[in-house]
Amino acid sequence: MTAAAILIQFLNGLASASSLFLVAAGLSLIFGVTRIVNFAHGSLYMLGTYIAYSLIEHFGRGPLGFWGAVLLAGLIVAAFGALVEIFLLRRIYAAPELLQLLATFALVLIVKDFALWVWGPEDLLGPRAPGLGGAVEIAGRQFPEYDLFLIVLGPLVLAILWAILTRTRWGTLVRAATEDREMAGALGVNQKWLFTGVFALGSLLAGLGGSVQIPREPANLFMDLSVISDAFVVVVVGGLGSIGGAFLAALLIAEIKAFCIGIGDVTWFGHVLSFSKLTLVVEFIVMAVVLVIRPWGLLGRQQSVPRSSGAAEAPLALPSRTAVQALVALLAALALVPVFFSGYALVLLIDIMVFALFSVSLYFIMGPGGMHSFGHAAYFGLGAYGAGLIVKSGAAMEVGLLAGPLLAGIGALVFGWFCVRLSGVYLAMLTLAFAQIAWSVVFQWDAVTGGSNGLIGIWPAPWLASKTAYYYLALAGCATGIFVLWRILYAPFGYALRAGRDSPLRADAIGIDVRSRQWGAFVIAGLAAGLAGSLSAFSKGSISPESMAVPRSVDGLVMVLLGGIQNLTGPVWGAALFTWLQDAVAREIDYWRAVLGAVILALVLAFPQGIAGYIGQFIESRRVKSAGAPA
Amino acid sequence: MLEVSALNTAYGRAHILFDVALDARPGEVVVLLGRNGAGKSTTLKSLIGLVRPLSGEIRFNGRRIDRLQPYQVARLGLGYVPEERRIFADLSVMENLEVGRQPRRDGAAFWTPERLFELFPNLGRMKERGGGRMSGGEQQMLTIARTLMGNPSTVLLDEPSEGLSPLIVEQMAATIRDLKREGLCVLLSEQNLHFSELVADRAYIIETGQIRYSGTMAELSADEAVREQYLSV
Amino acid sequence: MSVLKVRNLSKAYGGVQAVSNVTFEVAAGELLALIGPNGAGKTTCFNMLNGQIAADSGSVEFEGRALTGLKPRQVWRLGVGRTFQITATFASMTVRENVQMALLSHHGRLGSLASIATRACVDEAEALLERVGMRAQADRSCAVLAYGDLKRIELAVALANEPRLLLMDEPTAGMAPKERNALMRLAADLARDSNIAVLFTEHDMDVVFAHADRIIVLAAGELIAEGRPDEVRAHPKVREVYLGSGAMYGATHA
Repeated sequence: MTAAAILIQFLNGLASASSLFLVAAGLSLIFGVTRIVNFAHGSLYMLGTYIAYSLIEHFGRGPLGFWGAVLLAGLIVAAFGALVEIFLLRRIYAAPELLQLLATFALVLIVKDFALWVWGPEDLLGPRAPGLGGAVEIAGRQFPEYDLFLIVLGPLVLAILWAILTRTRWGTLVRAATEDREMAGALGVNQKWLFTGVFALGSLLAGLGGSVQIPREPANLFMDLSVISDAFVVVVVGGLGSIGGAFLAALLIAEIKAFCIGIGDVTWFGHVLSFSKLTLVVEFIVMAVVLVIRPWGLLGRQQSVPRSSGAAEAPLALPSRTAVQALVALLAALALVPVFFSGYALVLLIDIMVFALFSVSLYFIMGPGGMHSFGHAAYFGLGAYGAGLIVKSGAAMEVGLLAGPLLAGIGALVFGWFCVRLSGVYLAMLTLAFAQIAWSVVFQWDAVTGGSNGLIGIWPAPWLASKTAYYYLALAGCATGIFVLWRILYAPFGYALRAGRDSPLRADAIGIDVRSRQWGAFVIAGLAAGLAGSLSAFSKGSISPESMAVPRSVDGLVMVLLGGIQNLTGPVWGAALFTWLQDAVAREIDYWRAVLGAVILALVLAFPQGIAGYIGQFIESRRVKSAGAPA
Repeated sequence: MLEVSALNTAYGRAHILFDVALDARPGEVVVLLGRNGAGKSTTLKSLIGLVRPLSGEIRFNGRRIDRLQPYQVARLGLGYVPEERRIFADLSVMENLEVGRQPRRDGAAFWTPERLFELFPNLGRMKERGGGRMSGGEQQMLTIARTLMGNPSTVLLDEPSEGLSPLIVEQMAATIRDLKREGLCVLLSEQNLHFSELVADRAYIIETGQIRYSGTMAELSADEAVREQYLSV
Repeated sequence: MSVLKVRNLSKAYGGVQAVSNVTFEVAAGELLALIGPNGAGKTTCFNMLNGQIAADSGSVEFEGRALTGLKPRQVWRLGVGRTFQITATFASMTVRENVQMALLSHHGRLGSLASIATRACVDEAEALLERVGMRAQADRSCAVLAYGDLKRIELAVALANEPRLLLMDEPTAGMAPKERNALMRLAADLARDSNIAVLFTEHDMDVVFAHADRIIVLAAGELIAEGRPDEVRAHPKVREVYLGSGAMYGATHA
């Protein structure tokens, strides 16, 4: 690259950094004060872009129309954010953080279908900015004027935010509430409006981040998840709650991306190395590196332990005789199904069993392990691809069923080594990052994985070719997998894992190497998820990259949470309910995502402590009321 | 000033307080004595609204406050100093005080940072220091000063002597006597009988969530049997 | 014979000397109290002994072996027990299971994927609970226990690896006076019976003066006094920076 090219790529990076910073700063602010990881932040950004597009169409493309639309779009998104805070989030601040996450993910689904309904599936590109539509010459090259405006915008917003947070009373209160909102309340600070204000400000930033993109990037329905994962990365790299860190991280990532595009394809020793293809993963690689070196991000600090971590879990009792009998009966019933049903019922049941194993394996690390994973689909996908690739290379299907879980296990061994070094939201983000890396490798490596088309023609061995035979294989595989996972939880290994979650300090003081336990659990869960993936691949006969994409990971979370995290069998029921629901809804309704989102929201609002938790509380409150004074 | 009757509070499945009744009058220092887990902190948290009582009545200056949010209670002039200090570690001393600032209130002392620095000279020497970089004793002073910025007429102090060295505890006792002189009503929870004897006018003893004894501090000091039974001194 | 030898231990945080040149020893069967004002460096000092914090300089020797650079779990394996200022127990487990975890770890059986954890070391766990008077509560969840009982469980857990040294950080914080004395008496009896060296920090001077064999006083990171309780109590510097007038402990009543 010439010096001029380097300069231009550098400026390109600066321009992209601004929008990224706006979204990430909003996300960081909201997380800092409300402790909610707002999955819907990318949706707010997407709304900003769409609304700006429509407003410009309405007001006309003149300077007033354009700039007015950009600003107004931000304000409309801010108002929407405020409404969301008032009518949804206010009701769930006391809920477990994963349920909050689920609620914001439900919003993602609803907003996406709303956008589809209003604006349709086509990409919409806005006009150029009046007055900034041209280009200036920099170092002999044309550089868009509008990008110069963006370069200024980022630092400007940073300065304004900084001034608000450190120079105003409101900012001081926001920072106080970020540290300890309960204490701020006890000192007379009305958190309700503080939270609404912060959420509106964060939404404004997201909306503006989206609306200023309108001349550069067409509005489309996939922006929400791509932006949110970018913003997560920026926030985590910068350090949760640190606005300056978010700015630094946005710069770093945007620059690295810009240079990857700038470098393009390079031939090294006869191999073509495509740097531009790296852009899909490079930010996640940056994040992984930063988190390993600085576990709380560039400018972040160690997260204090949340004050109200909810009621403690009851001790794990060995299953009663009745429970064992019920499970045996269920197994027997499942074994009898092919006698009475065939065709689609078996396909659906295989799906349910596969996802039951997947969700129990996720529960294994989330519940007893205390590690929240947002990227568990990676291991499901690795299992599927491992099996598929080995079969494609000519090996027998039986070998594939071993190779799949093995590949997933190796993936978990590598990714897990990094992940167990972190905790809380940082750990969750790193799991997401690794899943995204695995996904984009699969997505781009056309020659081997078939790229976006995936692999087809992955069929079981002849003796398993009938649906009934395969049904029994899936039943045996999933039941064994689930049983083994449960059994491990009753063994010393499972207890040591829970010990590390309950009190890392005490566990360490009695000689337990908490990290290596967690690492082991990660690998075990990876193997199990891989088995689920392999079984799923042969059942469908094909594999697509979607099997390891973010929505699949979220599906797993929804299953675990639906069933309740304090119960061993919960994830199985959650998986059954969710898989059946998705199957039934997706076939009948066009806007099934919105319906699913609405169902999730209704469940979260009705049972903010989780369904299982609610039932437990209900029983308990009756007991307390009838008990009266103690003896 | 503060009147509590038939207060019942539960945390999830655990019923903590049973028909707690107590009162505190203007210019009075009242101590709630009891061992760990007896319900002292829960009582104070119920008063300020951090924990919602199941039933019972809490009146402050004649007004029901048992269904109010903590910020509403604080704005009525009931200050709360928590057990673990809970200083905003990222904020400076001055900013910590700013968070506590509320408008002037009739019938209560009016505090400014300058006046507080007279009461806590240490804090005046470290106005810009971050709350996280102070010693335990300094933090304890700051958490009280921060609450006073709300110009409360009554202050709830949760175990102010816990975890402090004997010398700092003596200073804390002097501070509480200063507050009393300013006309404040102070309700504190304590386990430390020595400390309570230095500051309190009246005492309640709470055990397993029930008030077991009430009397003047002098009476309690003289009553060997009660102290032996409830406080295991 | 000294079980623990600490020589010239120092630690600085961002230019501030938290602990400087601290030297002391603890003998088997001896109860040594470490006292001092808030922020004097007690906790830092304590955490350097069991490996939670790395020292800048100086040495810590346990039975002649250097502890410097070891992790807490390695220190424990050598035979050092530990209790915490704020109790740290496994809330999702029963009292017995808490002790079983320590025993399983001591016997190197925690890696097992196959055996049933709750059926291991039952008798041993109950014997330990008997020693601290908690056997009757063995089946209760740690999440619902009173604070004083949790302190006893911590003691049972700390004894599970048959330690020769017990580190107790403010063992009686948050307890009623009589419970405090009972817990310290229990610890002292256990220590003397099994010849365990005990080092503890404490703010309750009644407890310290009643149970410590020897006391060392830390102020602003330095040892300012060392001696028998009566010597330390009368030490003018200790009175000035820490003890005060004596109103906060039994001195006025004695």
